[in-house]
Amino acid sequence: MTALLPRRGLAQILALIVILAVDRVVSPQFFDLRLQDGRLFGSLIDVLNRGTPVALLSLGMVLVIATRGIDLSVGAVMAICGAIAASLADSHSLPVVLAAALGAGLVCGLWNGFLVAVLGMQPIVATLILMVAGRGIAQLITEGRIVTFSSPDLVWLGNGSVLGLPVPVVIALGMLILTGAVVRGSALGLLIEATGGNARASELAGVGTRAMIIAVYVWCGVCAALAGVIAAADIMGADANNAGLWLELDAILAVVIGGTSLFGGRFSLVLAVLGALIIQTMNTGILLSGYPPEFNLLVKAVVVLAVLLLQSPKLSGFAGIAARLKRTKA
Amino acid sequence: MQNSLDPAAPLLEVRGISKSFGAVHALQEVDFTLRAGEIHALLGENGAGKSTLIKVVTGVFPRDAGIVRIGGEEIAPRSAKAALAAGIATVYQEVNLLPNLSVAQNLFLDRQPMRFGIVREGEMRRRAKALLADFGLDIDVAAPLGSYSVAIQHVTAIARAVDLSARVLILDEPTASLDRHEVEILFRIMRQLAKRGIGIVFVSHFLDQVYEISHRITVLRNGRLVGERETASLPRLELIRLMLGRELAETTSARASAGEHKAREVCVSFENFGKAGYVAPFNLELRHGEVVGLAGLLGSGRTETARLVFGAERADRGQARVEGAPVRLQSPRDGVRHGFGYCPEERKTEGIVAELTVRENIVLALQAKRGLHRPLSRREQDEIARRYVKMLDIRPADPERPVGLLSGGNQQKVLLARWLATSPRLLVLDEPTRGIDVGAHAEIIRLIRELCDDGLSLLVISSELDEIVTYSDRVVVLRDRAHIEELAGEAIDVGNILAAIAADSVAVALEAHT
Repeated sequence: MTALLPRRGLAQILALIVILAVDRVVSPQFFDLRLQDGRLFGSLIDVLNRGTPVALLSLGMVLVIATRGIDLSVGAVMAICGAIAASLADSHSLPVVLAAALGAGLVCGLWNGFLVAVLGMQPIVATLILMVAGRGIAQLITEGRIVTFSSPDLVWLGNGSVLGLPVPVVIALGMLILTGAVVRGSALGLLIEATGGNARASELAGVGTRAMIIAVYVWCGVCAALAGVIAAADIMGADANNAGLWLELDAILAVVIGGTSLFGGRFSLVLAVLGALIIQTMNTGILLSGYPPEFNLLVKAVVVLAVLLLQSPKLSGFAGIAARLKRTKA
Repeated sequence: MQNSLDPAAPLLEVRGISKSFGAVHALQEVDFTLRAGEIHALLGENGAGKSTLIKVVTGVFPRDAGIVRIGGEEIAPRSAKAALAAGIATVYQEVNLLPNLSVAQNLFLDRQPMRFGIVREGEMRRRAKALLADFGLDIDVAAPLGSYSVAIQHVTAIARAVDLSARVLILDEPTASLDRHEVEILFRIMRQLAKRGIGIVFVSHFLDQVYEISHRITVLRNGRLVGERETASLPRLELIRLMLGRELAETTSARASAGEHKAREVCVSFENFGKAGYVAPFNLELRHGEVVGLAGLLGSGRTETARLVFGAERADRGQARVEGAPVRLQSPRDGVRHGFGYCPEERKTEGIVAELTVRENIVLALQAKRGLHRPLSRREQDEIARRYVKMLDIRPADPERPVGLLSGGNQQKVLLARWLATSPRLLVLDEPTRGIDVGAHAEIIRLIRELCDDGLSLLVISSELDEIVTYSDRVVVLRDRAHIEELAGEAIDVGNILAAIAADSVAVALEAHT
């Protein structure tokens, strides 16, 4: 069983350290932490707290991508589940609210899994359907308004703290450990990597590739639901139009930064979450620096490009072109 | 029908061509001679080197050694386009044209008649029509190519090639998707072109068509030239022998006599098992410790039988039994559950998971069989991997190396290990020695013998008849997707297998050619 943090995480850890160092230069108080009312405050805690939704999304996304799939619908699923949680929060107890929201995420995941594994649709197309339709569903639930709530239980989920750490951070950590335990504690990890590496070969070896694919989309839906509930709890309301908007792209980016190839196969949960933290550390740093947030997008683009170039097999792109030029001249 | 041109001056001369991919010798010092005005069949089983030869001659693959001359002049094309400029055109089974463009546009693609930078559509259509009329084709050239049958698309591709002043036309399996009538149209055009002095290389698996159209035949096997004959003086039995067997040495079964196995219990049996349009229903019994070989030409239904037996393909009739009890066999999972294993012919696409390690590839089937909830611990995995790496002598002996970095023979051994780890009762091996160097080849045959001595039943497909004869207790011969004969004991030898494969076609061949 591959260790939770394999050797190949070095590049990501170095990247995080570099970005943290840059943040320290931009904002001298970056590493300051203070305890107030039993809760830690500071930029670092901010990074963790703000990074939670994408970290949760990346936990599901990394498994989907490991099977050579992709899930574009997670942002929309966040909106749906946030809307459900917000609508029920003031009239029902927290367990009921959570069950309803997570159940909706599970159904969304089943739908995606059904389209991909049973109907054999291309993942990018299959999940695009829910990406588009999901926002509509969320708007139907909120009837086009921003639904607010005041249930202290749900508000605590977004703003409370446990042992000094924000609740969302604790939840994300818990989900990382839970997912890791399920995936690496059972044979699921190996079978997912085999399915993503070569689906036909895996099927002929007796692996239930169809069940494997449905399972990862379901888990991705559940993770997105949790992210949606936390995002709603954070702002004490559900905004069907903007909740989770474009976050599917951040989640995919986090997975790619974490070294999991879009061609499936080998994956690492910890590195995917680390990827989410790298993105959030960049975001926070740019905010603190006083540069306009538009720079954020450019910096992200540069990071993606760097990561993809490093991932391309032996940079064969450049070498290949050079060799070809040489041959034509000869 | 002999051509009027000087037969002494070959149009296309290939001398001593060699090509290797890694450790695999795809072509070894192959010669090939094509005369002007000749239709020359290039034959061989899958993997014999036909397409490699074509690709080397047309510059798609660089060659390791040898020379190619056209009209006495040495050429070394570096791309299909350069080969075309030298006068060699290739039309593949999948026509490389643009179905959304019109027939005329396809014919004149890249060289449209222009005036002031504007394509002269009318002129182009008129010339396209005239060109196709030469081929006896009168169709609307303004209609999209895709709206016509595959035959017409082929003729269009050929017309384009010939009009580009090709002197050598290579047709790779042109008739595979044509019906009888369309084949006749194509043959008429081929004869017409041959009369004009064009040399045609015809690659096909349909021996009837080869005898109908070709003047001479070149046969390749395992990347070597095994014969170049006049079609009229090559009996069909002899041709099949060239394609399949090494020589007709008296290799008889080295295995125990069939009588001994009759006494053993039936392990797995299939009654009237089959699938419409795939393989005709067959009966097959496999006893414990028995090796059954499947022999037949390419496309005879060998692989199809293997896939049905394993459950990779769903049978639509018949009943499978394991130890006498009827079982459901609808998917590979069912097969694995019943203790079956399958090493497919396409090792890279259907066998190994290249990115995963040797260890992970070996435990994959066992883990799938045990289910998610009973994961093999890392220690168990290490132990299993170590045991089989040692037992099968997998090299390098590093269980943590990605299996994609191993040689073909070692990948095959990893696949064998994957199934052996599940303690199977039946193993189906499809071409277990294909693309493997000689040393590993002998070793895999030795393993096959040892395995069945341990009580495992084996169903083995191989194009190497010597091989099948060496290890099989019984041989099932297939032709045209049906099981036509079963040989056992003393009756197993290469000659009998060839006779069974050729059986009904020999009479026809004799009638037509002697």
